Amino acid sequence: MKACKNCICEQEYMLKEHRMGLVSTFKKGGVHPDDKKSLAKASVIERIPLPEELIVSMAQHLGVPATCLKKKGDVVVAGEKIGTASGFISAEVHSPVDGVVKEIRKVRLANGALADAVVIIPDSEQKTTFTTKYDYSSLTSEELLASIKDLGIVGMGGATFPTHVKLQIPVGKSVDAFVVNGVECEPYLTADYRVMMEKGKEVLEGIMIISKIINPKRMIIGIELNKKDAIEHLEALIKEKNYPIEVMGLKMKYPQGDEKQLLKATINKEIPSGKLPLDIGAVVCNLGTVNAIYEAISYHKPLIERVITISGEGIKNPKNVIALVGTKTSALLSFAGGYNVEEPEKLISGGPMMGFAFADEETPVLKGTSGILALLPPQEIKTLACVSCGNCVRHCPMGLSPNKMYRNIKNGLYQEAMDLGLLDCKECGCCAFSCPSGIPLVQSFRMGKKLGRRKK
Amino acid sequence: MKTISSSPHVHAKLTTPKAMLYVIFALLPSALWGVYLFGFSALLVLVISIASAVGVEYLLNRFSKEETIFDYSALLTGLLIGMNMPPKVPLFIPILASAFAIFVVKWTFGGLGANWMNPALGGRVFVFFSFTTLMSSFAVPRTLAANTVSSATILSSLKTAVSSGATGSSLSLLEEATLPLTDFALSLGSTLHINPYAVDAFFGNIAGCIGEVSAFLLILGGIFLIWKKVITWHIPVIYIGSFALLNWIFGGIPNGLGIFSVEILLPVFSGGLILGSFFMATDWVTTPTTIKGQVVFALGCGFFTFLIRNFGSLPEGTSLAIILMNIVTPTIERYMKPKKFGYVKPVKGANK
Repeated sequence: MKACKNCICEQEYMLKEHRMGLVSTFKKGGVHPDDKKSLAKASVIERIPLPEELIVSMAQHLGVPATCLKKKGDVVVAGEKIGTASGFISAEVHSPVDGVVKEIRKVRLANGALADAVVIIPDSEQKTTFTTKYDYSSLTSEELLASIKDLGIVGMGGATFPTHVKLQIPVGKSVDAFVVNGVECEPYLTADYRVMMEKGKEVLEGIMIISKIINPKRMIIGIELNKKDAIEHLEALIKEKNYPIEVMGLKMKYPQGDEKQLLKATINKEIPSGKLPLDIGAVVCNLGTVNAIYEAISYHKPLIERVITISGEGIKNPKNVIALVGTKTSALLSFAGGYNVEEPEKLISGGPMMGFAFADEETPVLKGTSGILALLPPQEIKTLACVSCGNCVRHCPMGLSPNKMYRNIKNGLYQEAMDLGLLDCKECGCCAFSCPSGIPLVQSFRMGKKLGRRKK
Repeated sequence: MKTISSSPHVHAKLTTPKAMLYVIFALLPSALWGVYLFGFSALLVLVISIASAVGVEYLLNRFSKEETIFDYSALLTGLLIGMNMPPKVPLFIPILASAFAIFVVKWTFGGLGANWMNPALGGRVFVFFSFTTLMSSFAVPRTLAANTVSSATILSSLKTAVSSGATGSSLSLLEEATLPLTDFALSLGSTLHINPYAVDAFFGNIAGCIGEVSAFLLILGGIFLIWKKVITWHIPVIYIGSFALLNWIFGGIPNGLGIFSVEILLPVFSGGLILGSFFMATDWVTTPTTIKGQVVFALGCGFFTFLIRNFGSLPEGTSLAIILMNIVTPTIERYMKPKKFGYVKPVKGANK
């Protein structure tokens, strides 16, 4: 049995490359949750039938929510702007369908936030399709960037950072490495894997489009070795087209899909605390985002749909689907055959390590929703006192001391916790995952950050 | 009703009560071997220490309105105390040791996770210094009973010989003291050209505390714990390694032999070193959390064990060395911090 050093591994990794140490990964911390990808891995992407009602939130992205442009009774066509960016870090929102605005109302999102949303009743006949292919070879990088902004592309890995902001390289900075994030280290999720397998060509072309904008010296796709067939598939496609893109197989370890860990694993550079990837000459883009950029540039199709994994032990037929932004969770669930139990323990938007638990099945799909999971009751873990076992310290990929930060936050010493690096914590969950005493570390850090910032 | 809670929504399989049970399970072979060697009285000592440890924990639970019996930590403390007792010890001693361990060492500092010293070691050392004679009279193991009536341990007879001014290798000193050997050890020792006393110590045919005699079974248990990710290999390996190295270099000096003259196997397998290094020096609560810190901790344990055994007045120093390092653990923690991601140069004095 060969497992990672000092990790509470639940899996055995017998891949030859692992044993021989030929593949890289980030060094510090990390855990190996059971990846559970086999549930939905084999299911080909299917399109969800047109729902009866779409709830398109104006807060689709990180930053300021978009300003709503429509009112009750307005007729919209697919791809029409219904919300416009308000602020530098903000993004456009488009109508996913031809239809009529039923109402503008508040909606509760999966992360618990309240946001304005446009409720659209789709027409029974959808006239607008995005099938005309445009030639983009004559476009300049400014024009490409403008269309990416105009078509509302945001990072689809979960953080939903507006992509046009990320790809705008300030004067005087250059990009050494453009890393495409095909790691998908969250358990259960297989959406990016299916995109690589089924839309490999589009993804590669998307990478070339982005390379035109940011002009990188190296282009790398990072993929974990549990998706070996995807690595081989993409390598074959690259060879065929002779693209200057490297595919890098990475050792499986959570949270490799985080840009900090991914850059450490691929180009062996650390982003300094509080800085951006660009400060070390790197740009990281999620694989789904690259696909969306390809569709935006060559079909003029805004980001109005995405690939989502519907999985978990509580789902009857785990699936990968294309769903329109605004589709209700209930429509996704019924497309996957519903629950196979009366009611699952948890409904999660995103992956099980960092996703949000929510209860309302009316909650709509956002641009950043990578998965909807229905989980069954886990093993029972009673919260006990900290026994200083050090698992959280040894597994923290950021090299923090979660045990000490927790103690400080519990005692109201927020400044002391921040001195220990609380703001470097990205809530990946490695500490709480590995804590044998079941202490809700991540929860306390979220609270500590909020209260600590307020006190300052 | 669906549950709403903060991420992560999945958890590793290891939990604290489970880890305690794993440690208990890993200790059982050695404890049972002790019961086989020393008979019913050993079993009685084990049962009494466990019962009193759990009993005191229960009483304290009644006062504090908590429920901590089923984290199994008191059970483990009781078992460790029992295993650290001489087989024929009067039964009030394990009761006293368990009560001291649970009440004074653990609860007065705030219960599980808050104690600064390993409770089992605290209890043992407390009764050792209170009743030194009773705690130093050992029984003859069943496997040697045919050969002898002497019940000195390897380390204590060595210490007696050396302090009376005798010189020579430990083998000759032990033979002079007519310490018994099994026939098996004699034959295996001569075929492998190693000290037959080390063979007996390895397999557990020596006098000693109930649970410390069989190095072999303890190492098996330790490997089980490493496999189950309850402990890492660093502390036991570095502890034993640094002790063996120091002993090899300097261990001959008290015997009048000079440096580089002592064999390694006998000191490693005799006494409580194996039990201490795998099961007590790896206690989660009282050892550093980082690997760096654990290395320093283990080196310190090795050094002090070497020092006490060879140059102190006591024959055995494992428990004292570990307690000593338990005391400096907070200091180690302060200086052996993990390196933060994205901090190339530590900014000196920037925060304060």
